[in-house]
Amino acid sequence: MSANVKGEAPLRSDHDIVLARQQVRRLTQELKFSLVDQTKMVTAASELARNALIYGGGGTMEWEILNGEGRRGLKLRFADEGPGIPNLDLAMTDGWTSGKGLGMGLTGTKRLVNEFDIDTKVGAGTRVTIARWTF
Amino acid sequence: MGEFLLVTIQVDMHDQMALKLQDDLSNAIVKNASRGVLIDISTLEMVDSFIGRMVADISTIGKILGAETILVGMQPAVAITLVELGLSLPGVATALNVERGMVLLRRKIDADGTDVSER
Repeated sequence: MSANVKGEAPLRSDHDIVLARQQVRRLTQELKFSLVDQTKMVTAASELARNALIYGGGGTMEWEILNGEGRRGLKLRFADEGPGIPNLDLAMTDGWTSGKGLGMGLTGTKRLVNEFDIDTKVGAGTRVTIARWTF
Repeated sequence: MGEFLLVTIQVDMHDQMALKLQDDLSNAIVKNASRGVLIDISTLEMVDSFIGRMVADISTIGKILGAETILVGMQPAVAITLVELGLSLPGVATALNVERGMVLLRRKIDADGTDVSER
């Protein structure tokens, strides 16, 4: 197995969200994800990139190709140094929105991926890590 | 297309562009006194909650302005992802392609009776 490939992209503007989506599309294509799985991962990335920009005041998307037990995957980490999420339980409730979205952000995104982890601290920022595997 | 507007979204839109489209389309409905709008998203490879909300808003705005909106051409992978995301686009009429969208639009407007201005 080759060494894990990784990279990082800024999330500072609307245009960066588009670039992040395109980057994730490319990576999932290279990994030979099915079209539906590609679309799920790209959509999840778009949601989290926008969250980092709008709520976190901008941040970064780190990506990493995972190699494990005969399968491959893509891990994405969205990090911002924004205000953090004061009530994570509430934010993880389906239908909850702070007003700018449709209330599907985090819970909806979680359904699109195999692994979902969120680490947030009020006043310090939020880090959301997701992963999806080829099978 | 006469009383109908056809909008084909062919690029991966950034958020401001999506908002601009909403604005331009609302103005075009009024300017052309359009009775119906078809939004063709057959080349869109992704619809997230922001684009989804924009489409739902256009549909609502159109209705207030007297135009029916139909979303056409959604790719299967996009539809599957939208449902999983929890976005069922309530209030947004959809059709498989432009042709079927036109038929649906015609039917909706006919069922609506006379022109809005005559009521």
